[in-house]
Amino acid sequence: MVRGKLAWRVGRLAEGRDETPTARTLVLDVPGWPGHLAGQHVDIRLTAEDGYSTTRTYSLASPTDGERIEITVQRVPDGEVSPFLTEVFTVGDPVELRGPVGGWFVWRPASPDPVLLIAGGAGIVPVMAMIRARRQVGGRAPFKLLYSVRTPEDVYYADELRRPEPGLDVTVLYTRKAPDGWPGEPHRIAVADVNTAGWPAEFSPQCFVCGPTGFVETVANVLVALGHDPRRVKTERFGPSGS
Amino acid sequence: MGIVTPGFRGRARSADERLPPGQYLVEDFPVLSAGPTPRIRTENWTFTVTTESGLRHEWSWSDLLALPSETPTVDIHCVTRWSKLDTTWRGVSLDTLLEDVDTAADYAMVQAHGGYTTNLPLEDLLDGQAWIAFEFDGEDLTSEHGGPARLLVPHLYFWKSAKWVKGLRLMLDDEPGFWEAAGYHDYGDPWREQRYQGD
Ligand SMILES: Cc1cc2nc3c(=O)[nH]c(=O)nc-3n(C[C@H](O)[C@H](O)[C@H](O)COP(=O)(O)OP(=O)(O)OC[C@H]3O[C@@H](n4cnc5c(N)ncnc54)[C@H](O)[C@@H]3O)c2cc1C
Repeated sequence: MVRGKLAWRVGRLAEGRDETPTARTLVLDVPGWPGHLAGQHVDIRLTAEDGYSTTRTYSLASPTDGERIEITVQRVPDGEVSPFLTEVFTVGDPVELRGPVGGWFVWRPASPDPVLLIAGGAGIVPVMAMIRARRQVGGRAPFKLLYSVRTPEDVYYADELRRPEPGLDVTVLYTRKAPDGWPGEPHRIAVADVNTAGWPAEFSPQCFVCGPTGFVETVANVLVALGHDPRRVKTERFGPSGS
Repeated sequence: MGIVTPGFRGRARSADERLPPGQYLVEDFPVLSAGPTPRIRTENWTFTVTTESGLRHEWSWSDLLALPSETPTVDIHCVTRWSKLDTTWRGVSLDTLLEDVDTAADYAMVQAHGGYTTNLPLEDLLDGQAWIAFEFDGEDLTSEHGGPARLLVPHLYFWKSAKWVKGLRLMLDDEPGFWEAAGYHDYGDPWREQRYQGD
């Protein structure tokens, strides 16, 4: 139950770093932050001088670290909020936010079940929080990540994901342009990709699928077709755009 | 008014009085659900109303189609902030379905294939406010949008309009459904921005 936690708080940008040419990680100091689970998100509210305000949802990119939280924002070219957050918002600037929100698309470190993470584009953000939460607690649950991006330049957290990590298998799938030496042609995710990079359904993994709506819809259908129990497939849809 | 974020201006905004606070208009029809899309065949579809005393009323797909239907044109509002104006549906009014159901219940738990549930006051389902909808825009409702049939309660946030609906459990006392237990608001009035518990 999140009753009482959902007050608006003021956070300040402590640090910003580019993940890709179009995505930026924002580290915010939020006094009174109550903590969160990997997979949850925050609502961010921006207010202009004339009183106009608007709110967007962003997944938390890291597990709880005191009063520090991280989000990663992908710039939507004609967007209202994401260009501001990635290009204008400056260290020291305040922003209102509330959360954590969402108690369904979450990974709990106590669970020993194998985990399959499937992310498209910015959908990597909440599943990265799960990978980092596993590392933070020294978790043993075996993880596999299948991550679909357009080109090699679009990989978020690239250095971190390249570093070998026991019990974590990372597969990157390219839809537009693959790096040299990548086997096969760039393509959109399909049954064979999920079958090869995922766990067999008999292992009953917890599956977390996140990304643009069309991507999530495709992957969730593939998982069910491969025999995964629909109740073990949790999805988070970021919006309508395809990747 | 919240604190001002330096340098934020926002986009030129249209003052559409049909748009609840915090919502923006979409032309397409976004899909949002907690898991994969169930595919339910109409041969296997039933709609069951269970009263507080355990009495069951059941309709098969052909029973549903045999009832008088309506074609409401309504605005819909999702808690993730998109709204869509003038959507047209075909469905059977809950007034029709509940006509012969004898109950003293004040609340209903909506039940859907896939395990999803959502609660609402029974009075919000009556008086021409809610339908079991099976067509959207003149076409059969696709599974992505809750087909073969979904609940349509346009005056509340759209998570209350359960997709793949299969029944109602009438209750004397309120209980939270799926998202409500996860911190979403019990009622969900878009005009009062009742998104989360405590709003
Ligand atoms: C649960 C959740 C978690 C999210 N987490 C992240 C995250 O970690 N990182 C991230 O970059 N983004 C995330 N998003 C998306 C984010 O909330 C914004 O939608 C995105 O940043 C675009 O906002 P904008 O103001 O820049 O664009 P807008 O001005 O809102 O939109 C620009 C264009 O894109 C369309 N559009 C964009 N987003 C949506 C949407 N969600 N629904 C419908 N139409 C849309 C609009 O119709 C418009 O045409 C998340 C969304 C959800 C629902």
